[in-house]
Amino acid sequence: MQSITRYLRSLMLLELFRGMAVTWRFGVAPKATLNYPEEKTPKSPRYRGLHALRRYPNGEERCIACKLCEAVCPALAITIESHNREDNTRRTTRYDIDLFKCIYCGFCEESCPVDSIVLTDIGEYHMENKSEKVVDKQQLLAIGDRFEESIAANRAQDARYR
Amino acid sequence: MMDQLLTLLWTMAKILMIILPVTIGVAYYTYFERKVLGYMHARRGPNRIGPLGLLQPFADVFKMLFKELIVPTNASKFLFLLAPLLSLGPALAAWAVVPFDDWLVLADIDAGLLMILALTSMGVYGILLGGWASNSKYALLGGLRAAAQTVSYEIAMGFALVGVIVLAGTLNLTAIVEAQSGNIFTWYWLPLLPLFVIYFVSGVAETNRAPFDVAEGESEIVAGFHVEYSGAGFAVFFLAEYANMILISALASLLFMGGWLSPFAGIPVLGDTILGEGGVHWFLLKTVVFCFLFLWFRATFPRYRYDQIMRLGWKVFIPITIVWIMVAGVFRVMGWFGG
Repeated sequence: MQSITRYLRSLMLLELFRGMAVTWRFGVAPKATLNYPEEKTPKSPRYRGLHALRRYPNGEERCIACKLCEAVCPALAITIESHNREDNTRRTTRYDIDLFKCIYCGFCEESCPVDSIVLTDIGEYHMENKSEKVVDKQQLLAIGDRFEESIAANRAQDARYR
Repeated sequence: MMDQLLTLLWTMAKILMIILPVTIGVAYYTYFERKVLGYMHARRGPNRIGPLGLLQPFADVFKMLFKELIVPTNASKFLFLLAPLLSLGPALAAWAVVPFDDWLVLADIDAGLLMILALTSMGVYGILLGGWASNSKYALLGGLRAAAQTVSYEIAMGFALVGVIVLAGTLNLTAIVEAQSGNIFTWYWLPLLPLFVIYFVSGVAETNRAPFDVAEGESEIVAGFHVEYSGAGFAVFFLAEYANMILISALASLLFMGGWLSPFAGIPVLGDTILGEGGVHWFLLKTVVFCFLFLWFRATFPRYRYDQIMRLGWKVFIPITIVWIMVAGVFRVMGWFGG
């Protein structure tokens, strides 16, 4: 008897209809996909993207060539050379970051005593030649100058958790 | 001489008038498929090329045509190139007897249904030859599976159509639709409900679509019979498959859902409006609904195992159709439906 009812029930294709109801439900459900270049996911202020070197408001570069970031960098992506400027302050002559080596761990930013090297929230950048993988001091400062506003805002937002 | 030339040109024009819409229909069917699958996967589907992604099919076509057509070294070159055409030809030729409205049919022949059955069976030659001529083991396996499956389901499909023929008493498609006239409950889907379901499921199996797509079975034999095809050859196979799917949908709406007849016929309020009158729009609407079912099935059901397909075809569908043909005969003799 049971097998007969089971057979008749299978003839009514109930399970198939239930499956189709599931796909229909998903078909009319709102979609999770973002239309990427036009819409973007919200980003945390702690997002670790492209590097930048910051300046003080008076235009003086912050970096004092203490080389803590170079020492802490687990991927050995940072290369620093320094000298004493005329006013007898120590400054970098060379500050290179190899973006291919960098693992974006943010240790350099954590180690920096003067908040000079920072990771910005820029995640969308590319390079067209392999030689462009190393960004030098001038480029890093330029990035810092260009995005100082958002860098400062993100730092301010995160400050009370530190 | 002039007369013959004119007849020839006029016939060519009429053929173009059917083939062009079918081809464009195929193009937008692929777009529709990607959209439907996307939505059922909680994605958006193509929406980059043109507004809402509506130019996507043309981008795909041009990409396909500009790609190189590679003929494998050990393939039988003639058959390899012939196979896509063999599968496309019948898929398009069958449209000749499909009536779009009671006056809109290219060839109003008396054995229209028989011709469609014959032509849809021809389609498997293209697949079989394509799989065989490729000289690749995956392609050969895909071709063999397609052949076995198509032959098995042809029987169930033919039997399902016998039920329609019993009730309508004719093989002419226009006459079959005309015999269903009345309202939505005099269409043949109701008295022939099991045959209707079996016809459509067999149609899905005939066109090697999910969940009966073992002939392509990505996970075990890559792409099956067309694994060695690229560029235009692949595009032609693709075109044939989708043209067949639209054809099966069109036939399902002609044979079981009253073709161009309006489902609201007989409701006095709607009498002469576009809703009450039968017309091409109803036929197209029903066809689109069946086309959507193909995609819905694909989004929902996992692929059948090969032996399950054979079991379903031989041990479930064929017995049910045979029983229901007799029931249809009883309907006919008692005069409840048809005749």
